[in-house]
Amino acid sequence: MQYVTEILPSLLQGAGLTLQIFFWTLVCSLPLGILVSLGLISKIRPLQWILEIYVWLMRGTPLLLQLIFVFYGLPIIGIVFQRYDAALVAFILNYAAYFAEIFRGGFQAIDEGQFEAARVLRLSYWQTLRKIVIPQVVKIVIPSIGNEVINLVKDSSLVYVIGLGDLLRAGNVATARDVTLVPLLLVAVIYLILVGICTLVLRKVEQRYSYFK
Amino acid sequence: MLEVKNLYKSFGDRVILDNVSLTVKDGEILSIVGPSGAGKTTLLRCITGLETADKGEFLIDGQPFDPQGTAESDRVIGVVFQDYNLFPNLSVMENITLAPILVLKKSKEEAEADARGLLEELGLNTKGDLYPWQLSGGQKQRVAIARALAMSPKILCYDEPTSALDPEMRKEVAKIIMGLKKDGMTQLVVTHDFDFANEIADDILKVKALDKSFDQIQDVDKKQA
Ligand SMILES: Nc1ncnc2c1ncn2[C@@H]1O[C@H](COP(=O)(O)OP(=O)(O)OP(=O)(O)O)[C@@H](O)[C@H]1O
Ligand SMILES: [Mg+2]
Repeated sequence: MQYVTEILPSLLQGAGLTLQIFFWTLVCSLPLGILVSLGLISKIRPLQWILEIYVWLMRGTPLLLQLIFVFYGLPIIGIVFQRYDAALVAFILNYAAYFAEIFRGGFQAIDEGQFEAARVLRLSYWQTLRKIVIPQVVKIVIPSIGNEVINLVKDSSLVYVIGLGDLLRAGNVATARDVTLVPLLLVAVIYLILVGICTLVLRKVEQRYSYFK
Repeated sequence: MLEVKNLYKSFGDRVILDNVSLTVKDGEILSIVGPSGAGKTTLLRCITGLETADKGEFLIDGQPFDPQGTAESDRVIGVVFQDYNLFPNLSVMENITLAPILVLKKSKEEAEADARGLLEELGLNTKGDLYPWQLSGGQKQRVAIARALAMSPKILCYDEPTSALDPEMRKEVAKIIMGLKKDGMTQLVVTHDFDFANEIADDILKVKALDKSFDQIQDVDKKQA
C-alpha cells in the first residue's frame, strides 16, 4: 500500500498528459471531422479527391508511424513541432479522418426529403445543417463516435514513441525500476476508470438525444 | 392566381413534361390527376422549385416569379409533401415556427402565437409540444400543412395527400382542404385518386394516358363523383 502511494503521483502526472491529449484531440477533431465530411459529400470534385486521399492516408497507416513522421519527419521540410504539439497534430489529423468517415455515413443516412422540406421553406444551407441535419446526424453517429472516443483513451499511450511521458510510460518506468507489475496494474485500473467515465458520459449524451426518433 | 405556361422538362433524353400549361384561380382548387409515371410529381416539383424546368413561365397574380428564388416575391408556394417530411428532431411547435423565425425574421413570440392559431384551426391545439414520432399519420399531415401555411404562401401544393391514409382520414383531408378553401386559400392537389379530385377540385388537370399530354378541365361537374 505504501508503495502504491509512492508511485501514484507519477502515474497521475502521466494520466494528466493522457487526459490533455484526449481532451484536445476530441475538441479539435470532432468539428474538423464534420467539416471534412461535408467536403466529402460536397459536389466539388477536386475537394472530394483531396479529402479522400487525406482520409485514406490517415486510416491506411498506423498512428504510430504518423506520430513519428510528424515529430521526426516534418522538420526535414522545415516544419518543427514541440513533442506535445506534434502529438496533438498527429492525433487530431488521425482522429478527424475517422470522425469524417463516421459523419459522412451519418449525413448520407439523412432522408433527402429533409433537405427538400428545408429548401421549400427557404432555409439556408447552414440553417438547414445547424437546425435540422446535424442534430439528426449526431444522434445517428453517437455509438460509432463513442467507440472511437474509447479507442482514443488507449491510443494516447502511443505518444511514448516521441518521448512523451503519459500514463502508460509512467507505469513502464516504475515497473522497470522496481521490478514489479504493481504499477502496470494501477495503470490498468486508471485506464478502466477513464474509460468507465467516458462510457457514462456517452450514455448521458445518448439519452439526451432520445427525445426524438 | 398561379399560371404555368409552356413548361418543358426532361430527364436525360426522356421527355416528361412536354408543353404543359395550367392555371389555378384565386381561392380555387386545381387537381392534377393521371396514371402513375405520368409526370404529376415532376410537374409539382418544377412549380415548387425542387426541379429546374427546362423551359417555361411561372406567374403569380400576373407577375413572373422564380420557383427557386429566395426573394420575398419568389416565396409564394407552400408544399405539403407526400410523406410530410417533418423535422423529427423538432417539436410540432418548432417545426412550424422554425422558418418564420429564421426566414421571415418573426420574433419567437409572434411566430408561436401564429402557430397556435394554425394548430387550433387544424384541431391540433394540444399537440404543440409533441414530437413527430408521437403523432398519427393524419396528425403529421396537418402539422405539415400548418408548417407550410406559417410561411403565408399564396398557394398551397399537395403531392398525393391521400396516399398514406385510410378512407376515414381521406374524408378528414378533404374537409381540411375544403376548410382552407373557405378561408380563401388557393390550392393545387396532385393525386391519382380521381374520385377524391372530383370531390374537392374546381378544375382538374388530367394527364391523358395515351400521349401523356396535360389537359385542363374547367369547372368539374361535382355530380360526376
Ligand atoms: N430525378 C429523376 N431522374 C430521372 N427520371 C425521373 C426523375 N424523377 C422522375 N423521373 C421519371 O419521370 C417520370 C414521371 O415521374 P413522376 O414521379 O413525375 O410521375 P407521377 O405522375 O408522379 O407518378 P406517380 O403517380 O407514381 O407518383 C417517371 O417515368 C420517372 O421515372
Ligand atoms: Mg407522384
